Amino acid sequence: MEHYNMNLTLKVWRQQNAQVQGSFETYQVKEISSEMSFLEMFDVLNEQLIHEGKEPITFDHDCREGICGACSMHINGQAHGPWAETTTCQLHMRAFKDGDTIVVEPWRAGAFPVIKDLMVDRSSFDRIIQAGGYISVNTGNAQDANNLPIAKDKADESFAAATCIGCGACVASCKNSSAMLFLSAKVSHLALLPQGEAERATRVVNMVDQMDKEGFGSCTNTGACEAECPKGISIMNIRRLNSEYIKAGFTGTLAK
Amino acid sequence: MKKIFTSSIGKKLVMGFTGVFLISFLIVHCYINALVFLPNGIEKYLAAGHFMGTNFIVRTMEVGLMAGIILHIVQGLMLTVQNRSKRPVAYNVAPGNKSSKWYSRSMGLLGTLILLFLVLHLTHFWMPNRYEQHFGTGHEINLYEKMELVFQNPWIVLVYVLGCISLAWHLIHGFWSAFQTLGLYTPKYAALIKGIGMAFSIIVPLIFIAMPVAFHFGWLPPSSSYVPAH
Ligand code: HEM
Ligand code: SF4
Ligand code: FES
Repeated sequence: MEHYNMNLTLKVWRQQNAQVQGSFETYQVKEISSEMSFLEMFDVLNEQLIHEGKEPITFDHDCREGICGACSMHINGQAHGPWAETTTCQLHMRAFKDGDTIVVEPWRAGAFPVIKDLMVDRSSFDRIIQAGGYISVNTGNAQDANNLPIAKDKADESFAAATCIGCGACVASCKNSSAMLFLSAKVSHLALLPQGEAERATRVVNMVDQMDKEGFGSCTNTGACEAECPKGISIMNIRRLNSEYIKAGFTGTLAK
Repeated sequence: MKKIFTSSIGKKLVMGFTGVFLISFLIVHCYINALVFLPNGIEKYLAAGHFMGTNFIVRTMEVGLMAGIILHIVQGLMLTVQNRSKRPVAYNVAPGNKSSKWYSRSMGLLGTLILLFLVLHLTHFWMPNRYEQHFGTGHEINLYEKMELVFQNPWIVLVYVLGCISLAWHLIHGFWSAFQTLGLYTPKYAALIKGIGMAFSIIVPLIFIAMPVAFHFGWLPPSSSYVPAH
């Protein structure tokens, strides 16, 4: 596609911290290249703000190559903007045209309180992982690679689930602020492997418990999470999570 | 077992179980309604109605059905309110229909519409019938005659049609959703469940709609045409 430049109006959420109310500020950016990434456009805007003696906009980012999951932005009503299976850092300005107005908001969820501007606190995800998203193994010499036979289809499914980058777009897109897609990916990737077998039942129970404590909602299967997930995690994992939970429940793990 | 019905997933299990139970009730209800469209429909319909209204096992299940509906409604409304509270600050630009279907996000609203219809519906037939059985004549009322009378009113027919349309949308999401919640929506059966769910959600409400409409426009034989053989 032809390269082009564009002038844009940005409405960006500004908020000092979690304690105070925030509001939208409107900014103009000029001569933005269609080849820039969305975050580069924000860098230009921040440079501009610094030159004007104003405070730059705080936003999360790290890898800028679609693998860390940090770049949370709700752009024109969609997590990570209009492109499917794309993080904000991989969204490019050719998704927009000259004269567009773009509204940028932080993830909105009680369990993801705003730290500042567009940056939210996603440590609730970390605590869910700490509650059971691991396997306990004794370290030592690396095992022979083929010690544990794993069927190809199981390995593939597990790997697909493991591609979840913990970005929180699923929560941000869900009308219930449910973390079920994230949790289902984490539970599935271990439940499908022999290494995950030992803690299989306690894992799902403890992780669901923690998810509820953190204040995420119930899943009502609207599918918004799957549509907005940058890694294309399937809601078939939520089916598996439900089934793992039911099995754990009726075999007595929940009794404790 | 402590949290199996109270955690976030547990609450959905309650919705799923009661939802499937309500679906099974719809099958029976719909089958009996459809009898009026058969030859000798009045006789068949009244016979089925008599069985449902007097059989001990069915009457016991009726109590279970009431409990199931109430549980489904109370849990459904609580779930809707609780889920909404998880986002204290709303989006300025909401995702809307870009990533999900409107009816999947409107189960609480659709359910409330069904509930309003349900209350009216029970006061039309179920309540007067049980009243007569237990506090009045001791016999059931002639429900066919009653329907003929009630569905003269075009506004009531309209409310019934709208109620059934709400039910259709509720089920288009609810049917497969229940299987997903109960962990049964596996890749192997996904297409089958979606297909049956869609067919069920359209055919069953259509049969329900057919009855008040047919009575209103006089397409069914008048109740006076049927003289019970003694
Ligand atoms: C005959 C009437 C009804 C039938 C057959 C029915 C069926 C269902 C089914 C199958 C589900 C899916 C359960 C799941 O996702 O696990 C469901 C969910 C739900 N129903 Fe109903 N329902 C009926 C009436 C009502 C009423 C009267 C209300 C409320 C006033 C209601 C509110 C809800 C809510 C809030 C949900 C949860 C939404 C979701 O999880 O997606 N329903 N219903
Ligand atoms: S499931 Fe998808 S949207 Fe949710 S945290 Fe993982 S990668 Fe992000
Ligand atoms: S900055 Fe790492 S995924 Fe976007």
